[in-house]
Amino acid sequence: MAENDGAGRRSVDDGYGQDLKRELRQAERQEKRRAIGLLLPALLLVAITFLAPIGLYLYRAIDNAIMPELMPQTTAALAAWDGAGLPPDAAYDALLADLAAGKETQALGRLARRLNYSRTGFRELVLGTGRNLAAVEARPAREALVEIDPRWGQNEWWATIKQESGAITPFYLLASLDLERAPTGEIERVAPEQALYVLLFIRTFWISACVTALCFLLGYPTAYALSLLPARITNLLMILVMIPFWTSILVRTMAWAIMLQESGPVNGALLWAGIIAEPLPLMFNRAGVLIAMTHVLLPFFILPLYSVMKAIPAAQTRAASSLGAHPLLVFCKVYFPQTVPGVAAGALLVFILALGYYITPAIVGGQDDQMVSYFIALFTNQTINWGQAAALGAWLLIATFVLFALYSRLVGLGKMRLA
Amino acid sequence: MSMSGAVLPSQRHFRRLLFLVLGLVLTFLILPLFIILPLSFTDSRILTFPPTGWSDQWYVTFFTDDAWLVPLKNSLIVGGFTTVIATVLGTLAALGLVRAEFRGKALIMALLISPMVVPIVITAVGLFFFYAWLGVVGTYFSLILGHTVLAMPFVVITVSAALQGFDRTLLRAGSSLGGRPFFVFFHVTLPLILPAVVAGAIFAFATSFDEVVVALFLATPEQRTLPRQIFAGIRENISPTIAAAATVLILVSIVMMGTMEYLRRRSERLRGVRPS
Repeated sequence: MAENDGAGRRSVDDGYGQDLKRELRQAERQEKRRAIGLLLPALLLVAITFLAPIGLYLYRAIDNAIMPELMPQTTAALAAWDGAGLPPDAAYDALLADLAAGKETQALGRLARRLNYSRTGFRELVLGTGRNLAAVEARPAREALVEIDPRWGQNEWWATIKQESGAITPFYLLASLDLERAPTGEIERVAPEQALYVLLFIRTFWISACVTALCFLLGYPTAYALSLLPARITNLLMILVMIPFWTSILVRTMAWAIMLQESGPVNGALLWAGIIAEPLPLMFNRAGVLIAMTHVLLPFFILPLYSVMKAIPAAQTRAASSLGAHPLLVFCKVYFPQTVPGVAAGALLVFILALGYYITPAIVGGQDDQMVSYFIALFTNQTINWGQAAALGAWLLIATFVLFALYSRLVGLGKMRLA
Repeated sequence: MSMSGAVLPSQRHFRRLLFLVLGLVLTFLILPLFIILPLSFTDSRILTFPPTGWSDQWYVTFFTDDAWLVPLKNSLIVGGFTTVIATVLGTLAALGLVRAEFRGKALIMALLISPMVVPIVITAVGLFFFYAWLGVVGTYFSLILGHTVLAMPFVVITVSAALQGFDRTLLRAGSSLGGRPFFVFFHVTLPLILPAVVAGAIFAFATSFDEVVVALFLATPEQRTLPRQIFAGIRENISPTIAAAATVLILVSIVMMGTMEYLRRRSERLRGVRPS
């Protein structure tokens, strides 16, 4: 081969060879330019209407511009303070000026809410102080502020303001893991009664893991049985898997909301069969969430596994049997190991998709079955805490990406099967 | 030797059990969808099963009441624009991906399909803040763009999968016979990848037509889509009209699935005929 190469190169080099080489390079460059030209519209669309919005949104997880904006003088005055004891008089003067300015522009509510995230009680401290600013008159700021609220004479409130002075803050990201910064700067756990989010993440992972396990338990034998049947019958039965796969998640969830009602068909059938004496509570609880989510995600497990199983030659298991191996041994030693890549791919996909679920738990779940996505929506829509919502989103996204990197190692993104 | 072809009794039991599980799982998968059908024809105002009597009034409501007609129209508008934009841009991108080898290709592929990977709530909330900042929340524009970016990965994947098996000497043949690039594309490339493009377009339409979370954040009542209206209905008052709407959605899904299946079988048949 090397000789051939050499010969080819030599012949290209003499005479008009140089031109040919250059033309080839030019043609290749042109091809590349054309390829990029074809890709550009799609890339621009994704960059502008997807990556940029997501990036800007995630920035809210660390965005703290509100502090320098609404407390410009205080944050500047506290920069020189070492955090021990009480800040210098200048800081009190600055605080007074910032609060007065905030009252003027009606921004005190925003400031109070922001500080209250970091330390409960700040809301009334800021708003209360704002209401009494008129009482300050011409007295020194320190004396007046401590008189309005003695908490201005305590270190911890000042320490919180100093800690949250920067234009960016790790506060929300830490809080999403039930962590906080101590005044000394160390990271420590929040008080147990305030801890919420670690449990929320555990719940999200646990529900996803249960759904994945259920998909395995139901999906493996199903895919196996489908792979044993003649193609004609399998094609027909596959329709029963494909119809739910193609039906919208919302419709399927709604179907379960009807099925699982107290007076719904499931309870009706169980009562009729005499299996239960009174209706089971199946809606607005964990059982409903697991049933509906398994139903929605099961095709994602069955379809790739089926194609893996279909590719395993039946002759192998027959050969093992004919050599005298017990069917169970044949299954464990010959068949199952070959299906592991399919199982892993299906399970990982189901788990990743389950992590981000929102609609299904919101409809059939109760208060204790809501997953991370629900709280992201809740903090965005209702109890407005955008920083916290973005921080929860950031951690959820990180978990998803790590798992997807694993998935693409295992399966390959290009080979991702859709149907 | 005599045992090799026979099935052991234990194996027979095992198979019987296996097919029992198959039957149960398939029932589990399909039953909830079949339950909706009789419910949509109930004469009662509440969704109880089994229905006490029959009526087509909920379909009449669905196809005459503006509360459902407007969302249906919106879904078709948003789905239509989404399908066209996502299919054109996604197909061009797939052509670009297979055209040449260059650095960062894997990264570009990852970026193009990233909307499939990001949890939908994060996408929806991110788009909401972005379009709110631009002042276009509550317009068809933002909803269509939001759905387009979600739908495009399906087109990119479907079409680039078809292009993997594409014989590029056909292009060179076309060019060497004097065809200009556009001519070659429309007369050689496009006819060959058309089934994949159509499949991608169906995926794109299905993505938009079934999407609810982005619509939840970006649509005001004026742009309410069908799934968004069903979602509101589930939370407010479950009327049988929802079951009728759901039946319509299921039928649309079945039509799309049937088309996909037809395309898949067709391409398998064509590939089977041609020696590779």
